[in-house]
Amino acid sequence: MTKSTSNNFLAKPSRRHLLKIGGAAALTMPFVSRAWAATTEINMLAWYGHGEPDMVAEYEAANNVKFVPKYYAGGDNMLALIAQSPPGTYDLILSDGEFVQQLNLAGYIDEMNPADYPLDDMLHEDFKQFPGHWADGKMYSMMLRGGHLGVSYNKNSVTAEEAASYECFWKPELEGKVGHFDWHLPTLGMMSLYNGNGASLWDLDDAKWDAVQETTLGLRQQVGGFFDYGGTFNGLKNGDMQAMVGIGDWITGVLEKDGAPVASVIPKEGGIQFTESYSIGKGSEKAAEVKKFIQYMMSPAGQVKSAQMAAYPGFCVTKGGRAALIEADLAEATRSHQVDGDAQDPITLINEGRIHYRDIPQQQSLEDWNDFWSEYKNA
Amino acid sequence: MSSKPNKSINLYALTWRLPIIFWQFIFFVGPVLFMVAMSFFLVKNYRMTEAFEFVNWSKMLSRGYFWDSYWYTVTIAAISTICAMCIAFPAAFALAFRASESTRRWAIFLLIIPFFTSYLVRTFSWFVILSENGVVNGILGYIGLGPYTMLNTNFGTLVGYMTLTLPLVVILQTVTMANIDKTLIEAARNLGCKPLATIWQVIIPLSKTGLIIAAIFCFILSFGDFVAPFYLGGSQETTLPILILDTTKSGQQWPRAAVVAIMMMGTLFAIAFTGIALAYRKRKGQK
Repeated sequence: MTKSTSNNFLAKPSRRHLLKIGGAAALTMPFVSRAWAATTEINMLAWYGHGEPDMVAEYEAANNVKFVPKYYAGGDNMLALIAQSPPGTYDLILSDGEFVQQLNLAGYIDEMNPADYPLDDMLHEDFKQFPGHWADGKMYSMMLRGGHLGVSYNKNSVTAEEAASYECFWKPELEGKVGHFDWHLPTLGMMSLYNGNGASLWDLDDAKWDAVQETTLGLRQQVGGFFDYGGTFNGLKNGDMQAMVGIGDWITGVLEKDGAPVASVIPKEGGIQFTESYSIGKGSEKAAEVKKFIQYMMSPAGQVKSAQMAAYPGFCVTKGGRAALIEADLAEATRSHQVDGDAQDPITLINEGRIHYRDIPQQQSLEDWNDFWSEYKNA
Repeated sequence: MSSKPNKSINLYALTWRLPIIFWQFIFFVGPVLFMVAMSFFLVKNYRMTEAFEFVNWSKMLSRGYFWDSYWYTVTIAAISTICAMCIAFPAAFALAFRASESTRRWAIFLLIIPFFTSYLVRTFSWFVILSENGVVNGILGYIGLGPYTMLNTNFGTLVGYMTLTLPLVVILQTVTMANIDKTLIEAARNLGCKPLATIWQVIIPLSKTGLIIAAIFCFILSFGDFVAPFYLGGSQETTLPILILDTTKSGQQWPRAAVVAIMMMGTLFAIAFTGIALAYRKRKGQK
């Protein structure tokens, strides 16, 4: 008769058994911890949403990496965070297009090899060598996604015809119902477009800058508030704001998917494109892993994820990405006009010359624009 | 001949006092001194560099929008204080003189409960109540009124300030009035003083110190609050806390934000010291 079997051990473990198992577990611990340590942590500096599970969880599980996101709000804030951190703190940096040049000038990002990325598959010629992303023939950032800013409105109080011009913000019925996204750059850019500055919307001489200020001040009586992302979202959702200056589908798209009667269009005066691009932080010890992730995000599957991002949508920038989106989520592709033949197709709008890439003021300093913005808010 | 006071250092007492003195130096005096120094620094390439320049002071104090924000913040905080004091007084009066001891205790407990939750969460809950499609306008709609715009207005800001300050003001007023010697009130009534006159001539003078302290707290909290004017006022009018945010957001101008913060602290010191002086000032003939 045997003294013990595995079955009666489970029912009644002896002290010897417990000691054996405990010892084995203790000896195994270093291997367990080594397995945990093998997970590579990638420090990401990005706008909110890019490091959330809907974007990275699948990739993390498949590649044994863990993203540690640090979120910022605004290019200035991003530059300050990098400036105040030791070199190599951030492995992956998501930046608005207009700030890439400053990242490069300050030496915060590494050169990238164009051959590693699908530049031949880009939806538009401009995206291949996007302004500021290249310097002296070297590439420093890879364009990931974009979005257009124009007239955002509630369909119950503004018609599609009215929304075809920035003029609708001055509609008498909208007094106190026009909201501002609280950042001077998109709003003043739009006012510049409304003044007919077209492609030179950021390059304003004194007379044109004065005129933009005058136009903006003329809108003040219509304004019901200045909001951050959450406030903008709430204002449109609960109907307190019927139109918004300075935003686009990146906010109304989220609400629209939720059934709210809101939309964004590019008016006849033109719209502004924000661009988000990935760069590799200078001094990063995980450049290879970061490169692999950027390649994934530029793949059709990654582009679909980006277009469907829960925090805020953006349009695909590769042909493969757009085709995959249409196949995977035709409803979202249609809603966001990412189908050929749509009059508001982002690429068509660029081709028609109605879209201008967001930039910083050329003849004034950002401080001048910000000073005016503070005056405007107090007017 | 009176004996001289003993001036030798009491080591036992000093030992107990030292932690709070250290605490104040490390977490109050130190940061304030650093903030003052920072107001003379410069920002280059989004990075603060040590300097001793007056440019931040001249830049901020010469701007019209700074003074617009300053006076607006002082005014709205003063209005908030007046509103809170007036709204709180009847409630505190009832709790101090009409309610039983246990009712008063329960009421104070219930007034403390709002502080258990985040002020930001409480502020956001007003969106549901005050929006155009919200509860208030829904009820007013039944009787053919409205809709009224309440969010993104001064009214919205004041509602936020009341959310923050009113429970505290009621508690302070209640505790102050509950400690008044009731026989003095009875004496006034027995001598023919009418109820309103009793409040003005007996109760308010006797609770002056507590009432002024409550008002000072209310002003300080309203003056420095960012949440109510930003979320419920919609930043329609820029208060100084919003100006600090704007200043840091664009160009990372922390030194200029420090100038605004120092001006705020100076104002609050002046108001608090004036208030405390008034609170403890003795009337003529009073010992």
